[in-house]
Amino acid sequence: MAAEHYAVSTVKRHPIDVRIAHWVAAISFILLAISGLALFFPGFFFATGLFGGGETARFLHPWIGVALVVSYLVLFGRFVASCLFGRDDITWMVRATDVMSGREENLPEIGKFNAGQKLYVWGMAILFVLLFASGLIIWHAYFSTFTSIEVQRYAVLIHSLVAMLAIFGFIIHVHMVTWEPGTLRAMISGTVTAGWAFKHHRKWLREVAAGRN
Amino acid sequence: MANFEFVLPPPPTANVTPSFGEADLIRRSASHVPEPARKLTEVAKLIDVSKCIGCKACQVACLEWNDKRIPVGENLGSYTIPEDLTPDMFTLMRFNEWVNPQTQDLEWLIRKDGCMHCADPGCLEACPAPGAIVQYSNGIVDFDHDKCIGCGYCVEGCPFNIPRISKVDHKAYKCTLCSDRIAVGQGPACAKACPTHAIVFGTKEEMKQHAEERIKDLKSRGFTNAGLYDPPGVNGTHVMYVLNHADQPELYSGLPRDPAISPIVHIWKGAVKRYASLAAMAALVIGAIVHHVAVGPNGNTAEDEEKGRELLDRKGR
Repeated sequence: MAAEHYAVSTVKRHPIDVRIAHWVAAISFILLAISGLALFFPGFFFATGLFGGGETARFLHPWIGVALVVSYLVLFGRFVASCLFGRDDITWMVRATDVMSGREENLPEIGKFNAGQKLYVWGMAILFVLLFASGLIIWHAYFSTFTSIEVQRYAVLIHSLVAMLAIFGFIIHVHMVTWEPGTLRAMISGTVTAGWAFKHHRKWLREVAAGRN
Repeated sequence: MANFEFVLPPPPTANVTPSFGEADLIRRSASHVPEPARKLTEVAKLIDVSKCIGCKACQVACLEWNDKRIPVGENLGSYTIPEDLTPDMFTLMRFNEWVNPQTQDLEWLIRKDGCMHCADPGCLEACPAPGAIVQYSNGIVDFDHDKCIGCGYCVEGCPFNIPRISKVDHKAYKCTLCSDRIAVGQGPACAKACPTHAIVFGTKEEMKQHAEERIKDLKSRGFTNAGLYDPPGVNGTHVMYVLNHADQPELYSGLPRDPAISPIVHIWKGAVKRYASLAAMAALVIGAIVHHVAVGPNGNTAEDEEKGRELLDRKGR
């Protein structure tokens, strides 16, 4: 493959503010998952050592949550216009087998984001709203007196269930990036190759080429 | 028997080895303990509300023994001071004025609130920090502040609303049943200070027997609903009450009628949910790897690059 020389054109995909917000959110999410799972699974409590012990993990977790919410607000604000669903998204979802097999020739041409990515952006937005709301309720240092203990019991249950769903989503998200080579650079240098865009987001590439995006 | 007085022994003057410790744990939060070699006799504190005169000597003794001080309070129209349990005030006399509809008598119902030392402690079930909450085979439920991380889950776990989180060191505090005193043959400080023996301490069996006598006496005086409060919902407690209106525990400043660990806490802490979520996470990761290997990476070809570039050159047409 290395012997194959061909000119590669690149296309700008994510500007710097989006990339910074993405990595703040990603690192926050990973830290939240580790500290959260450590408080959820007794066998994983040792992981609080990464934060300097159980007390610091307990102290940091909600503040990292605030960082996640703020960075995700930026991301969501920049993405939402490209994440509105259309008829093509239904076709994409119906042909899930083709999606998972990488047979993109059987799928409609895709804009900036495919239906899976749109679902992820919206899904995480909903989960983060639930996590943030339930998290505030059980943030004892500041908010313990605002709700009844019964409400706090529901909040702690919802918080752990929703966190699990978010972790499932995160695993799928990371998998999709590694499964499609050439995707990660969109969030590092901010550019993708024209070939990557041609294969995965042809409609978006047309828009970019026409200077419309 | 009727003259049986629970006089607690004078403090020892020589060094005493504690009579129980780590080896007697039957439960330890977020971790397992080996089956203890011996089983201690269960102890209990019995609080007879009908004998209580509301002097608050127990509160003072509690502050004194635990070396705590609370700020001078304000009169909020009730004898209950401070207003509520605090991280420093582990026990609190709660005063309620109630007109008995049958006799039209004004009854002053005083209950000494504090940790009940449940046989099934909700705080311990909820606690995520290994060893921060422990239960000894004599029934004492104790907090180990070095291991407490201050998350407040014990507050959610407790069916009696007892633990309080300190704003100073962010750790959970509650009555220890004076585990340190009991370990050297002393009774709890509150029982020691109580001038009317409304608070007595001994083995759980002795306390139940004593309660029976007290209930018999109360019934003979017209309190037909007198009874023992040892709620089965938490498998019994190691702090029990003799109530003159045991049919209406709520009268005593909201003593719960049928306390139990909340089902929400059971679901949250349940092993099923725990292992199911762990299995789902593992399945997703394995599924992702299998998918990657089976389908192969979904990359683009040199031809795609060519076509993509052409498309750019044609300005999208």
